[in-house]
Amino acid sequence: MTAISHGADWDFALLERYDDAIAEIAGEYGLDTYPNQIEVITSEQMLDAYASSGLPIGYPHWSYGKEFIRNEQAYRRGMQGLAYEIVINSDPCIAYLMEENTMATQALVIAHASYGHNSFFKGNHLFRQWTSADAILDYLVFARRYVMQCEERHGSAAVEEVLDACHALMPHGVDRYRRPAAPTLKVEAARLAEREAHRERHFNDLWRTLPENATEPTRASAGGFPAEPQENILYFVEKYSPKLEPWERELVRIVRKLAQYFYPQAQTKVMNEGWATFWHYTIINRLQQKGLVDDGFMLEFLKNHTNVVAQPSFESQAYSGLNPYALGFALFSDLKRICENPDAEDREWFPNLAGSDWRVTLDFAMRNFKDESFIAQYMSPRLMREFHLFAVADHTSEDELLVDSIHDERGYRRVRKLLAQQHAQEIRVPDVQVVRFDRDGDRSLTLRHLRRRGRPLTEATAEVVAHLRRLWGFAVRLETWENDVRYGDVVECPA
Amino acid sequence: MLQLIDRRPNGRGKSAVNRERFLRRYKAQIQGAVKKMIGDRRLADMEQGGEVRVPRKDIAEPSFGFGRGGDREFVLPGNREYVAGDRIPRPDGSANARGAGNEGGSGDSEDAFVFSLSREEFMQIFFDDLELPNLARTSFGRTELRKSVRAGFAKSGVPANLAVVRTLKQSLARRLALGGGLKREMQELDAAFALAVATGSAGEAATIREELARLERRLGVLPFIDEPDLRYRNRVLRPEPIARAAMFCLMDVSASMDEEKKDLAKRFFTLLYLFLTRKYTEVELVFIRHTDDAEEVDEKRFFHDIRSGGTVVLSALELADKIRAERYASGWNVYAAQASDGDAFGADPARSARFLRERLLPATRYYTYLELAAPSMQERASTLWAEYERVADATTNFAMRRASEREQIYPVFRGLFRKETQ
Repeated sequence: MTAISHGADWDFALLERYDDAIAEIAGEYGLDTYPNQIEVITSEQMLDAYASSGLPIGYPHWSYGKEFIRNEQAYRRGMQGLAYEIVINSDPCIAYLMEENTMATQALVIAHASYGHNSFFKGNHLFRQWTSADAILDYLVFARRYVMQCEERHGSAAVEEVLDACHALMPHGVDRYRRPAAPTLKVEAARLAEREAHRERHFNDLWRTLPENATEPTRASAGGFPAEPQENILYFVEKYSPKLEPWERELVRIVRKLAQYFYPQAQTKVMNEGWATFWHYTIINRLQQKGLVDDGFMLEFLKNHTNVVAQPSFESQAYSGLNPYALGFALFSDLKRICENPDAEDREWFPNLAGSDWRVTLDFAMRNFKDESFIAQYMSPRLMREFHLFAVADHTSEDELLVDSIHDERGYRRVRKLLAQQHAQEIRVPDVQVVRFDRDGDRSLTLRHLRRRGRPLTEATAEVVAHLRRLWGFAVRLETWENDVRYGDVVECPA
Repeated sequence: MLQLIDRRPNGRGKSAVNRERFLRRYKAQIQGAVKKMIGDRRLADMEQGGEVRVPRKDIAEPSFGFGRGGDREFVLPGNREYVAGDRIPRPDGSANARGAGNEGGSGDSEDAFVFSLSREEFMQIFFDDLELPNLARTSFGRTELRKSVRAGFAKSGVPANLAVVRTLKQSLARRLALGGGLKREMQELDAAFALAVATGSAGEAATIREELARLERRLGVLPFIDEPDLRYRNRVLRPEPIARAAMFCLMDVSASMDEEKKDLAKRFFTLLYLFLTRKYTEVELVFIRHTDDAEEVDEKRFFHDIRSGGTVVLSALELADKIRAERYASGWNVYAAQASDGDAFGADPARSARFLRERLLPATRYYTYLELAAPSMQERASTLWAEYERVADATTNFAMRRASEREQIYPVFRGLFRKETQ
């Protein structure tokens, strides 16, 4: 076979030929994807896309303007390059390619976004459960139109105020567990009948003779609302806020829906990028095996790929956290290695994986995990050694930082556990829940921050409470508890 | 299966509306930043756009997050020498934020949000603050230059200006108008001829044919182009405002003018300069400082050099008039702004006022006098003020104000130019 193209220039016919070749290989490996839609855009349009978190349509808000200015400034000064692509979890899966990219980069991006990310979006359980890829674009169109209508009717200042407040609470506007569907009338009737029957079956007249308990039930246990703490604050506001206008409620809902749409992405950053990187690497190498690309193409591809998966050490100037591309790529590649060429250590650590079919194993991993569980499940000692991972403990009681454990025999499990925890949602977003809505009294709302290991909230807390107060319409207070003991002052925003 | 779409022609600027919202929301902060920038800039640079710094905390979007403190562990890559149990001194402040894995990426320790304003945005904010929105748009002054501009078509002209298309349109219209009646008559005759032939009245048919031939001849002699069809491109001379202005900055730098007063003067000159640059394409600056004698200097020395001595206002006026006569005698709009604390002695105020009225004012478009008084002295007018007041009463292109504090400069400027906006 001869190479599809030579040189850096690309055109639409070539894009299609590369896509055909890549699609064929993806088919060989059994990648299951949504149909692809590839859109070529300019760098300015890429900056626009950045500002709206990659979404093609967004409602107008100043914070997107701020984000745009920040990116534009960073780009103009050369402090930040632009991503080669943006891909949207939608059906068809939309990927943006920048026109400035060379042919090799375009091919890499197609493999990465249109086949890697795309199959992840379609396969991973979080995306399947929490996003509906075929509906998101329509919803965005609706949201934009609705927000703009509200601005016309109620003034942009009023809309902005609501949106500001919602944005402040966005991380607390997601459901982490699926809400049970409201029972239908039939089901409800059946349940009541069953309960009645149960009571009749266990009727015993003797219970009537027991003396009454003297103590009154406390008010909280009797009529407290909500009965269980609610972690989705925006949902609670939308459903129960005493003062919100219907259109404000709808705005809360829009922001909540968007937060929910992005929720899986935040939890699968390492997996998602790792999966896409693993596949662009595998696919492009296969292209080379087939003789479809020339050496110049490969050199450029390898240069880009190496940049993407570089992991600077913690002391270096370039360090800005663990690179999800590097970590994810290493995890998937290592998993493949364990399946194909396991050594003694792998057999001891992963007895079920060693020697299995790597395609099945990787597919299973991609579908059924999120970052936290994926790392906890598949991080091998060899990888920890390669990354030279070590855990540092930062405790208030100590004057110095303590090296908790390192990549050695005693530390593997501990490092892996800590690394997994570091990617858990609870580490990033404080646990703040609605505990009480005083429906019969002053209608105030009480939140509880469940502090973990003494980690306090930032000073911005009071502002967030003030934002919530704006949505709620009555007094809002925030208490901090740890181990059933209350700490610190109550942050309160009076009615 | 694959859909390829070229979105490049869709254009950018999707974020323009959001950017504008951002600017509107933080107008107060941006205005503050712009004001500060103006203090540091050179006069002639004033009109450029610029980088604005807004404190990051002012524009932060709050959310619940973890502050410092408490117990935690984090995993880092790139260990070289540490073993479990080692102790590391706690890095201070900002460096600490780097430690925490994912959080590290967003731990931006910069405290200012920097972005660029375009020239238009900059001026918008600047004049917003001045509350002078209409000032720049009002027409200002008379003109001497004339410019030839197109003005439709004329029936006479030189052959070089012949408008061929227009001429042909005229000729077509004329031919339609003159020939239409004839053609209608011929159609009627055609019908009558056919009838005559059908009924067999040969004599009638012959007359009709003759009549038809006559009409055809008449149609034939209509000229294709006739004298009245000719049209020529027409041009007229329209008065054109002079696009050049010379701005004279006159300042008293005697000992009594301290830095504070000079700063006020600078602000005032700046405003005038900006105002003029919005009106004229080219503005030249002339700086004249004076103590007991006047000299022309560059901007830097004008504002920052220290000199001391007495005060003779007349010297500066004479020098200004001399420079004007030499360099800006014709084709220039001359503006002058004088700043002084008004300390003049003896015959100088009266002579200056007379020179101003008789020599300088007739040659300038507008002359402003700003008297910089110490706050405590505000009530007492100087001798120069008293003399100038009479000039102001007698002329229309002279205005004067007093200012003692920074905040007064904008209103004073507005007051000075209010006359022109009405």
